[in-house]
Amino acid sequence: MKPIAQQNVTFDLAAIRARLRSSDGPRYWRSLEEVARTREFTEFLHREFPERASEWIDGLSRRHFLKLMGASLALAGLASCTRQPAEKIVPYIRQPEELLSGQPLFFATAMTLGGYATGLLVESHNGHPTKIEGNPEHPMSLGATNAFHQASLLDLYDPDRSQAVLHQGQISNWEAFLSALNDSLQTQERRKGVGLRILTETGTSPTLHAQIGGVLKKFPEARWHQYEPINCDNVHGGAQIAFGQIVAPQYRFDRARVVVALDSDFMFAHPAALRYARDFMNARRVTAGRSEMNRLYAVEPVPTVTGSNADHRLPLRMSEVTNFAIALGAELGVGRGSATNFTGVSDQRFLSAVAADLKTHRGQSIIIAGETQPPFVHALVHAMNQALGNTGTTIHYTASAESNAGNQVQSLRDLVDELKQGRVEVLLILGGNPAFNAPADFAFAEHLKGARLAIHLSSDRNETSALCHWHIPQNHYLESWSDARSYDGTASIVQPLILPLYAGRSAHELLDALLQSHPRTDYDIVRTFWQSQQRWNDFERGWRRTLHDGLVAETAFPIRQVELSLDQITRAAPRSAIGHLPSAIELSFRPDPTIWDGRFADNGWLQELPKPITKLTWDNAALIGPATAQKRAVSNGDFVELEASGRRLRVPVWITPGMADDCVTVHLGYGRTRIGRVGRRAGFDAFILRSADSFWSGLVTLNKASGRYQFATTQGHMVIDSAEREVYRAGTLADFLAHPEFVKESTRTPSAHETLFNPEAQLFDSPRWAMSIDLTTCIGCNACVLACQSENNIPVVGKAQVARGREMHWLRVDSYFSGELDRPGMNHQPVPCMHCETAPCELVCPVGATLHDHEGLNLQVYNRCVGTRYCSNNCPYKVRRFNFLQYADYHTPSLKPMRNPNVTVRWRGVMEKCTYCVQRISVARITAKNENRPIRDGEVLTACQQVCPTEAIIFGDLSDPNSRIAKLKKHPLDFSMLAELNTRPRTTYLAKLRNPNPALENVA
Amino acid sequence: MGAVLLLIAGGWTLYAVYWSPYTTRVAVPRDQPVPFSHKHHVSGLGLDCRFCHTTVETSAFAGIPATETCMTCHSQVWRDAPVLAPVRQSLVRNERLRWTRVNDLPDFVFFNHSIHVNKGIGCATCHGPVDQMPLMWQEQTLYMKWCLDCHREPERFLRPREEVFNMNWLPPTDQLAAGSELKARYHVNTAQLSDCSMCHR
Repeated sequence: MKPIAQQNVTFDLAAIRARLRSSDGPRYWRSLEEVARTREFTEFLHREFPERASEWIDGLSRRHFLKLMGASLALAGLASCTRQPAEKIVPYIRQPEELLSGQPLFFATAMTLGGYATGLLVESHNGHPTKIEGNPEHPMSLGATNAFHQASLLDLYDPDRSQAVLHQGQISNWEAFLSALNDSLQTQERRKGVGLRILTETGTSPTLHAQIGGVLKKFPEARWHQYEPINCDNVHGGAQIAFGQIVAPQYRFDRARVVVALDSDFMFAHPAALRYARDFMNARRVTAGRSEMNRLYAVEPVPTVTGSNADHRLPLRMSEVTNFAIALGAELGVGRGSATNFTGVSDQRFLSAVAADLKTHRGQSIIIAGETQPPFVHALVHAMNQALGNTGTTIHYTASAESNAGNQVQSLRDLVDELKQGRVEVLLILGGNPAFNAPADFAFAEHLKGARLAIHLSSDRNETSALCHWHIPQNHYLESWSDARSYDGTASIVQPLILPLYAGRSAHELLDALLQSHPRTDYDIVRTFWQSQQRWNDFERGWRRTLHDGLVAETAFPIRQVELSLDQITRAAPRSAIGHLPSAIELSFRPDPTIWDGRFADNGWLQELPKPITKLTWDNAALIGPATAQKRAVSNGDFVELEASGRRLRVPVWITPGMADDCVTVHLGYGRTRIGRVGRRAGFDAFILRSADSFWSGLVTLNKASGRYQFATTQGHMVIDSAEREVYRAGTLADFLAHPEFVKESTRTPSAHETLFNPEAQLFDSPRWAMSIDLTTCIGCNACVLACQSENNIPVVGKAQVARGREMHWLRVDSYFSGELDRPGMNHQPVPCMHCETAPCELVCPVGATLHDHEGLNLQVYNRCVGTRYCSNNCPYKVRRFNFLQYADYHTPSLKPMRNPNVTVRWRGVMEKCTYCVQRISVARITAKNENRPIRDGEVLTACQQVCPTEAIIFGDLSDPNSRIAKLKKHPLDFSMLAELNTRPRTTYLAKLRNPNPALENVA
Repeated sequence: MGAVLLLIAGGWTLYAVYWSPYTTRVAVPRDQPVPFSHKHHVSGLGLDCRFCHTTVETSAFAGIPATETCMTCHSQVWRDAPVLAPVRQSLVRNERLRWTRVNDLPDFVFFNHSIHVNKGIGCATCHGPVDQMPLMWQEQTLYMKWCLDCHREPERFLRPREEVFNMNWLPPTDQLAAGSELKARYHVNTAQLSDCSMCHR
């Protein structure tokens, strides 16, 4: 299929720069196309869907066409006469206690990412999990989740999951595997396990740790290795240098007034990101009675979620971030570097402003380095925080939650060395995909063949499974028992909600097979472990309490007093600044913001989720800044070849404003070769260029290659002309304090004689549902988009359809750049349906399929809709989505139990859009009426609101003057998008406030 | 003239088919794995609706009894009746019974039993004289028109909450007045009841 919506355009970047600098240039812009006013942009702007987006232009033979037409004609005649097919009701044999048919149950469990747990509450309808929410009681969730947690539900029901035990690629079974394993183990037992090796991902599970302890006791010569491509090696190394031991820094962002992030994405990619985002934004929100905001400086090579929320963001290459850290240390009197190592006029100004700000906020600031920075930067940051008096106030140290924290790259290197020497006889790989994601110079895939018996436990048949003798399907976390710790040490029991769908096993069961000939179930293993801990006087009560609460009480680690060794830090620091060859390009690797390290590559929800800032879907790219693109004469979609130590990657370019100069970022995880249908042929494999020495960044040469590539980005879709109309509003804290009504005063609302509607009239009854979205606290993490997708049965459409502007997300997060091209500000604006009181869509529907109800909701009635798309054409906010094809999968059996039973699964030819989660309103209304009381404030949470880490989205009843929403609507920052149209939207925004440092005011 | 007649005849046929029991399934007893008689159990033995349909007051779905519910009595009475063999087998073989749904709404309609029962709509109003049905059939068309007839004028059908499960309740002669009084007492908001979002979402 040939995508038609996007043409590759070569930009005149000099003209774009000039236009942005000129006084009539746009203040907020979404894409280079918009500033350049390309044909493609204007088409998306003025047309409901781009030209020919609604046409069927696939190569379709006449014969096939006639066949289809014949079939649909025949069906059209019959459809109106057929009766409903008979349905069956299948009651239980024994009614389970507590289960009321038609009412969901919620169970507490936990999901790990990178080993670290987040507490969840999972909704279950008649025994199948349908929606994932955060556990409000859990310190690392506080009720929120990220997009990965939301999408893990689809992983459970993925039809391409591994379903059977495989031996040499042939279907086998667990018993056959056990007998093969036992043969090898008998030899190993005689030889004390000298050839037995276990490779796991990052582990925080106390039970698994105890089990491995048991294995190492039985086989004293066996070894345990850990490797995960996104790991905390540098954080551990930094603590080792600074304190002589591995500790985990615990930050208190709620207490910090000034935060400096040195390439740290602490609001998105940190194990405690959900908690940190909430704490950070709580200290930023200007509500009644609060007139203070914290201030965030970010220094990073590629725009991240955290960086996009900074008051001041300095794009620097990774090596320059290191230099910056050294120079900042010198300014604060720490380390051996001197500020003169760091040159560049405007940067120098940035540096001194940051240093001065930190010095005036001693004990109230945080400097945080990302896991991509080398260990000595972490050590230096610990010293700086200590010098600033932050240690003990905004930062304290605890033990690490990892069972065996250390250097994972070294651990894998040791394993590979042994494989090379042929000393590994039995290799047990528990999860992970090292054949795909190990450093390329290890040639893991090649050396894996050296193992005499390789066993891989994995949820999908991936690159590693293909190279192992045995593949055991791994149970999803919603089908197995386990436990795990979160970043602060809090332990949770991972509780299943459903029996295993396929013949899978958990890591606990597989390890137990090393210890006894008849392995126990994971339930017995986990339960026995906690029984042996003797935490509770009455075990049964304590265990049930723990399962109910979703966490083991009082397991957060106590504060550890640590001694900082300045000597070690000085010794570890380099003597001079890291230089840079002008001809070289610095390549940095990042976990992908939607598919992480590749483990979610077969997840359609995550693949189609537009990535923060770039809004790319289904692909990764070589992200480069506009200046570098100009220098290298490449444009969006041009292939380049990146080369490092003889390894080459051909990858297309995507120009990203806000990238540092002379550097390129390629997100990891794409380019998987052995994967299910969804992830096949998606993106480019950056692991090819990654080596142990250049684990997070390295120098590469970049050469333009032949060919162009078609991306599917939603950046230019559903655009509203922000040059002519102000859709995004922002100001500074100083402006706001001096002039609180600045937003209201610049908003033009039509007077009574300009409109047929009475602008004063109060429409609709009580309750009057409304939403408020705070643009200051929205971090653009995308969790809301996926929560909406999961709650509302929104289908995945695929890359070709996205390229035509046919993505179905009811809620989109628009990204606006502001200011200069090379150092832009970044702004996020979630756009759901506005639920206009005087809705333009309703007037043009010929069949009354979209209309208001008495609570002020703008409804979409699927069974009335005939698909004229007039409503979408008339919607100024472009929030309506049309089912051009049969996107919802009616046929795959495993996907059926995943769907929300309270929301219609839509069919081809109907319009759909955000409903304010009308099904949740309905449940609350019926419950309240059955109990003869009004609906309480906060009783209805929309899916997007519930998942939001920073509570940026608030929903409620406007007619209740004491409700949270009614108060927010009276906030002086409240504004309606396109207020001049008099649509009277129920969804309004709170304008974004920044807190810039006056010393850097015009630097951005 | 002939064409006009043909059109009228065709229209009438379509109309007749649309309202015929063939399409609506009204009063057509459905095949079930066990010929369960509501008549015997309700009017004969005096079982309350909620003995089996346990969640009717608290949930959207009224509930279909688990095999064990049947076996509370049938492990003692009619232990060897051949007609009950599927029920016994269900328990022994751990296989679920598969009943045919009698009252089936389209998938884009969302009905909630609890709110109807709690606002004074009797079981018999929609399900008919179930206590007189030897085999279960659908009493009403369940067409949208039929739903709206009540949603627009609930006073025609409302009864006191205490009478909801009474199969012998007869409307008083002044039903409209009594119903209006109940409508006010139970806070039934008629304006909202015909909103699309009441049933479609």
